[in-house]
Amino acid sequence: MKTLIQNVTVGSGQTDLLLADGVVAAAGPGLSAQDATVLDATGLRALPGLVDLHTHLREPGREDAETVESGTRSAARGGYTSVFAMANTLPVADTAGVVEQVQRLGEEAGWVDVRPVGAVTVGLAGQQLAELGAMADSRAAVRVFSDDGHCVSDAVLMRRALEYVKAFDGVIAQHAQEPRLTEGAQMNEGTVSAVLGLRGWPSVAEEAVIARDVLLADHVGSRLHVCHLSTRGSVEIVRWAKARGVQVTAEVTPHHLLLTDELVRGYDPVYKVNPPLRTQADVEAVREGLADGTIDIVATDHAPHPVEAKDCEWSAAAMGMTGLETALSVVQHTMVDTGLMGWDTLVDRMSTAPARIGRLAGHGLPLEVGNPANLVLVDTGARWTVDPAAMATAGRNSPFRGMELPGKVVATFLRGRPTVLDSELVTP
Amino acid sequence: MRHLLSAADLDRDAAVHVLDVAEEMAATQRRVVKKLPTLRGRTVVNLFFEDSTRTRTSFEAAAKRLSADVINFSAKGSSVSKGESLKDTALTLEAMGADAVVVRHGSSGAPHRFAHAGWTRGAVVNAGDGTHEHPTQALLDAYTMRRHLRGGTGDLAGAKVVVVGDVLHSRVARSNVLLLHTLGAHVTLVAPPTLLPVGVEAWPCATSHDLDATLLQGEPDAVMMLRVQAERMDASKGSYFPSAREYSRRYGLGRERLRALPDHTIVMHPGPMNRGLEISAEAADSVRSTIVEQVGNGVAVRMAVLYLLLAGEIPGGDA
Repeated sequence: MKTLIQNVTVGSGQTDLLLADGVVAAAGPGLSAQDATVLDATGLRALPGLVDLHTHLREPGREDAETVESGTRSAARGGYTSVFAMANTLPVADTAGVVEQVQRLGEEAGWVDVRPVGAVTVGLAGQQLAELGAMADSRAAVRVFSDDGHCVSDAVLMRRALEYVKAFDGVIAQHAQEPRLTEGAQMNEGTVSAVLGLRGWPSVAEEAVIARDVLLADHVGSRLHVCHLSTRGSVEIVRWAKARGVQVTAEVTPHHLLLTDELVRGYDPVYKVNPPLRTQADVEAVREGLADGTIDIVATDHAPHPVEAKDCEWSAAAMGMTGLETALSVVQHTMVDTGLMGWDTLVDRMSTAPARIGRLAGHGLPLEVGNPANLVLVDTGARWTVDPAAMATAGRNSPFRGMELPGKVVATFLRGRPTVLDSELVTP
Repeated sequence: MRHLLSAADLDRDAAVHVLDVAEEMAATQRRVVKKLPTLRGRTVVNLFFEDSTRTRTSFEAAAKRLSADVINFSAKGSSVSKGESLKDTALTLEAMGADAVVVRHGSSGAPHRFAHAGWTRGAVVNAGDGTHEHPTQALLDAYTMRRHLRGGTGDLAGAKVVVVGDVLHSRVARSNVLLLHTLGAHVTLVAPPTLLPVGVEAWPCATSHDLDATLLQGEPDAVMMLRVQAERMDASKGSYFPSAREYSRRYGLGRERLRALPDHTIVMHPGPMNRGLEISAEAADSVRSTIVEQVGNGVAVRMAVLYLLLAGEIPGGDA
């Protein structure tokens, strides 16, 4: 299969790209190729395929919320060519068997490269290390380990995990949430929680764990990744740690770049998420951190739920939001259109850096001859209104519903094969 | 106004109007025949997901005295305890033709959700939701204060009210702060720092951790004691204070503090009381105490709210 993409914007210039045999076969203006499908990309921008280090695909076990098939279709629609599938499935991805199952389901679906994340502890219970080495050595070749949804709160266990994964160049992705400070917590603790009478979720519950973990990572010389950082204080701690030379990376979600706890005032559980939506000051701090590189990547924490899990009272509702099909638009809206960063930096934060942190080969590479043809074409001038019912994900819990956002994914290519064309999925 | 979900739904004129109508309702309750035909043929559902005999019977009496048909729907022994969702309960009541639903729920915001998620067309009255609000309690408290301090008319401009106790977990405190501020009163919340919410500084009131200084310097017109759960001292319940005795010494209304109050000060409590913890028997049973009167006033105020939501008009704001 050959595709010739004409007049596409790459970086600051216009060019043509020829995709053949799964790679970028030629690049430069005025290309021609026989038997190639020609795609006029005038006005579109090409980016390396996006990589999401934090996705919940829910399968096995919660196929009522999402399947690997529906979740990866959603990823392709959002411009992603690879996603890391979080371990909090049923059963938990804490053995070689389960991560290989997820790997196989991803390959069978074929929409993006699915990279399983392994659990740090057995059953996410925070008691005993899972067989991290078996998962690393398995066919899934796991390199990212996380108990996401739960914090590895035991300091000794966290230290051992950080040390142990050095043997196979792994990284621990920590869900930073001090459990005692957040028992029964429902939303960010502050002026809004005080009025609404909802149990507060203090910033310090996140920051205290991040502070401990960067010191642990420093002490044992390990790589630490901080999941979905959400507060001003967390940005300051990571900035301090990086200045000190700690091997720490951090992610922020699209929703924490845009939304605040003011939205909770209507008690609509679509805004219930872990970590919770914070304040405008926090939003400004995470944007600044993402722009200056303190925060390395944007990760969606795409968390689909069945309708009934959100169609209820606040305290009974599940935590989480979908994000794969809105991430690029939200980042363009909050970071690029505001002038905080350029497209090159966006590529680093949404493709290059996540691939590097996840030790993912073949993704996040520049659109140069010889590299795998994993790319997305975006109409950056288009605007669209978010409609959860029109999404490919099985989840309808998008907090951006009804919002008008910039940037539309027109096409996505996985190793030269289109998964999305004219903004519609292309069945393999 | 379609619903009463928060004391903030009422502006000054609307709140005074509710209190005025409650006065009219109270006058009818001094007659031999207490029943009015006003809501004949209308259906009021008391939907109580938490046990609360006093609030439920107060709403029930209010609705019955207005001749409404009353259905009591308690979570215990119903399909709710078998896992029926709030939504399905709402749809069921809607199908039965409820004109008003009085909701008591342990989850903050549940009545708000009930009213605004498109599950029901009836009027929703918040009868206490989690640690959020209890607006009819605030109305009956304001009604009681207005009778004692302002002769039963107008607003509460300039009145000094001290609210003491577990503000953090109190829906009564939240509704009272909002309503009393709307009516022009000056509210001071007194509690140990652990029992004031982070963010309280944005509320339209003053705060203090020193009850004696507040009572001495403030010369309050009304002192409202909030219920404190003794088990909040347990580690598993949050370790909010060291012991029940220490709480009682520092924040209870005992004999000495009662004696030091100005002559005209009234003592209030939303009930149920922990005698000997936040309030002494001397205070609860003193001539200053309006605690029993508050219960009676609750019926008149709830009659006014049901009447205005179903048959009349509350001027001002819309929820």
